[in-house]
Amino acid sequence: MSILFKSRQSGAQQSQISKQQKLVMWFTSHVRQAITSFGELLRTPAASFMTIAVLGLSITLPSTLYILVKNLDNISANTQDAAEISLFIREGATRADVDQLIKRLRTWPEIDALQYISPEDALQEFKQQSGFGSAIDALQSNPLPAVLLIYPTEKHGSPAAAKFLLNKLTQEREIELGKVDIEWLERLHAIMAVTNELVTMIAVLLFVSVILIVGNTIRLNIFNKRNEIMVMKLVGATDGFIQRPFLYTGLWYGVLGGIMSWITVALLLWWMSYSIGDILTLYRQEFVLAGLDFATLNTMLLMSVLMGLIGSAISVKRYVDQIEPE
Amino acid sequence: MIKFVDVSKTYPGGQRALSKVNFHVEPGEMVFLTGHSGAGKSTMLKLISLMERPTVGKVFINGHDLSHISRHDVAYIRRDIGMIFQNHQLLMDKSVFDNVALPLIIEGYPRKQIQSRVQAALDRVGLLDKKWNLPATLSGGEQQRVGIARAVVNRPPIILADEPTGNLDPALSWEIIRLFEDFNAAGASVFIATHDLGLIARMQYRTLTLKGGQMINDGLTESWQDRK
Repeated sequence: MSILFKSRQSGAQQSQISKQQKLVMWFTSHVRQAITSFGELLRTPAASFMTIAVLGLSITLPSTLYILVKNLDNISANTQDAAEISLFIREGATRADVDQLIKRLRTWPEIDALQYISPEDALQEFKQQSGFGSAIDALQSNPLPAVLLIYPTEKHGSPAAAKFLLNKLTQEREIELGKVDIEWLERLHAIMAVTNELVTMIAVLLFVSVILIVGNTIRLNIFNKRNEIMVMKLVGATDGFIQRPFLYTGLWYGVLGGIMSWITVALLLWWMSYSIGDILTLYRQEFVLAGLDFATLNTMLLMSVLMGLIGSAISVKRYVDQIEPE
Repeated sequence: MIKFVDVSKTYPGGQRALSKVNFHVEPGEMVFLTGHSGAGKSTMLKLISLMERPTVGKVFINGHDLSHISRHDVAYIRRDIGMIFQNHQLLMDKSVFDNVALPLIIEGYPRKQIQSRVQAALDRVGLLDKKWNLPATLSGGEQQRVGIARAVVNRPPIILADEPTGNLDPALSWEIIRLFEDFNAAGASVFIATHDLGLIARMQYRTLTLKGGQMINDGLTESWQDRK
């Protein structure tokens, strides 16, 4: 495009090329610039590695925390008996009364399943588990009440909802007493809420600082190439053309930083898996550390690339404009 | 082709570099600009290449008022002006070929055309055999010729040269001027700033003389010589 000389054609226009070819050329020129930028990273491996490590490690920390929180989530999700409600049937209620009650409760939308444990069954189980077998045999009558175990639906399984449900259930006249063993779950949920917020806060702080670090690195790159930028401007390069290699550098920092964070997170989780396993066995949890699924990996890479790009974009916008030929 | 109308330039700080300069370079003309250092030669070239804007007055190129050119369009204006600098302004870590190819790459020429045009430009300045050298391995005169090849590779209608023979001995300077004459013969308007009065004296070209920011002479070299 020539503004001053209408008849003068230049570059792409001159050779009468089709739109498709133009697109191909545009694409190849981007690929060329991307490769050049990558080559420049390799030319200063130590400096590049430091920037990439900053990106990678700062994504590693929140990612690891996130995965741990997610695992805690899984624990509470798997622990159905946490929101299991035990209902003790009033003494003197007949089996028919209980059947009536069960029939009514089955219509409640809050209840997923329920299980009836007769006094005999309860005694049997107690005998087996407690080790007082012979002592119990000595009892004249069965002291245990009949029990109904209620499993709320997922929606009503949270501590608050389960408590609400318990209140409602104890209104039933056949029921003497109800109990929901929920305190430890409540505590877990509270800790998880705090941890979740902490993870978010740490992530935000780290991400902001990473963007600043990348921005500063790119700023130094720009100043190192001050002369080159001036020459390019003198021979008619647009700001966009000059900015692109720096943006690609930021992109590469992001990609490589993301890959690095995958590796470090995997190593950290592997290292921690033993101690976490110990804790979890104390809680009688089947330990499977749900780690890096596809979505998490993708998110980590995406965040890394975004930070690299934003950091370089800020510097490029600010400093490439400033350099003018003298 | 290049027209100045009552152009004054005062730099921030109050230094007055040009005052009320008027002249008009016709298409296809070859013109020298001379004067002592600080007389305003560089400022004049900067106004044409849009590195500076005039404080007062207007600069026209091919009838277009440069004050209407936005910052964004400056890059496109510079593609129509081949610029040559005293200190060459080459990229020292790129080969001669890559240096000369730069304007074409920026304009998005296809690879084949870049090859043939760079080849032709280097042939023109006699550096074809050194196209893969780094500029640092070349002599001053050769580096200047690389700069010239880069300036003409996309065949601009205007060629601006700032002290192109600055550090060269007379024989080399003469060669460089011959090159400019060739480009001028091919149709380009050539505008050369130099304080090398001996060089100008040997040729019969229109010469603009600046002194203290004012145009004190506009005419053939001979008339300037007569007064001396």
